[in-house]
Amino acid sequence: MNAREVARVLGLEPLAFPHPEAEVGGGFCSDLLSRAMAEASPGDAWITYQRHLNVVAVAKLKELSLVILARGPEPEPEVAARAEEEGVNLLRSDDGMFELAGRLYALLAGDPETHPAERG
Amino acid sequence: MSPGAIADVGAVSTQIRRILRELGVEPEVVRRVGIICFEGETNIAIFTKGGRITLMVWDDRVELFFADNGPGIEDLELVRRPGYSTAPDWARELGFGAGMGIPNMEKNADTFVLRSRPGKGTAIRATVWRKGNERQGSSAGPGA
Amino acid sequence: MKLREVAEVTQAEVLTGRELLEREVDKGCGADLLSDVLSVVEENFLLVTGMVTLQAVRVAEVMNAAAVLIVRGKRPLEPVIAYAEEAGIPLLATQKGMFETCGLLYSRGLRPTRFRRVSEYAG
Ligand SMILES: Nc1ncnc2c1ncn2[C@@H]1O[C@H](COP(=O)(O)OP(=O)(O)OP(=O)(O)O)[C@@H](O)[C@H]1O
Ligand SMILES: [Mg+2]
Repeated sequence: MNAREVARVLGLEPLAFPHPEAEVGGGFCSDLLSRAMAEASPGDAWITYQRHLNVVAVAKLKELSLVILARGPEPEPEVAARAEEEGVNLLRSDDGMFELAGRLYALLAGDPETHPAERG
Repeated sequence: MSPGAIADVGAVSTQIRRILRELGVEPEVVRRVGIICFEGETNIAIFTKGGRITLMVWDDRVELFFADNGPGIEDLELVRRPGYSTAPDWARELGFGAGMGIPNMEKNADTFVLRSRPGKGTAIRATVWRKGNERQGSSAGPGA
Repeated sequence: MKLREVAEVTQAEVLTGRELLEREVDKGCGADLLSDVLSVVEENFLLVTGMVTLQAVRVAEVMNAAAVLIVRGKRPLEPVIAYAEEAGIPLLATQKGMFETCGLLYSRGLRPTRFRRVSEYAG
């Protein structure tokens, strides 16, 4: 499944989306850059709360298919600008890590029921 | 109480929670004071070489004072902005640096006063009212 | 979902709080950043985290979380386990990563916690 499809189903808002055709091979969650460096696999969609500029560098280095910024403050504009420059897909969501992971996991496992869960 | 090393982060807030519970303070107030204290002591541990936290419990409110002789804060508006953080990499690797600490403190306090002198230090006063959710509480009891 | 089921679904080892496995949790929060956990507006949730520090357990305590599930096969040091034991916070540890752990729990019906919205903060 490509990044565009993932973005559509999860309702993600693109901040930089230079490669919507990128194939999403799996998912990875961490708020720690060192963990992402050590443990993420190429093609993973990385779900994180971290909005640091270095997120873009890690995503690029690890050849991740996209970065999903979980709920939280708007990242600084230079983060999106850097992502565009480096060719990294950067999207944001109002949902937290648990929910994003839950829905992406189901989506990648081919579960048709990945519509947003009833909230509250 | 004096927060110290980063490994002790949370020690003051968990201790304060126990004190407040023993005093019969309302659970919701305990929770909010716990969150405020956790964020405040974290900041003292990360950004300064030490400081003091004072807890005052009144019939109508709980107050927390944070004081440190750290580097101080240049722009008081900037640090209140969600997401703003100068946390060093080592702190980020320990799970800090979301830039949500001061916003979290402010949100959980009924009144929140932040004062700082660059080069001298930072002082914070946070008040949580115990009865109802009066925002601008009258000052019953001895003043602070 | 009972903690017992959480442990089963994620094949987690129970490090402490074995006697509390009948405890019911119905919400989950996945986070490594502690400020993120501190903006949860509910109690009695399962904290899923990659942090094994004492601070992480203390955050769970301050937030009245039901339990902590540590991911990626990380194991906290003895004093951290002892602290959780004393604070009455069950500690579970799974070999699975955060993504799979949250995915499995979500698919079994564990719902996400609500957070304070960022727009609610003074800006
Ligand atoms: N006691 C202090 N002394 C000096 N600077 C401080 C102090 N407390 C906070 N700051 C400054 O204010 C910024 C914002 O603080 P805040 O607590 O909101 O976020 P953070 O500590 O960076 O991240 P988080 O609290 O989410 O882990 C800090 O990054 C730091 O620059
Ligand atoms: Mg802070």
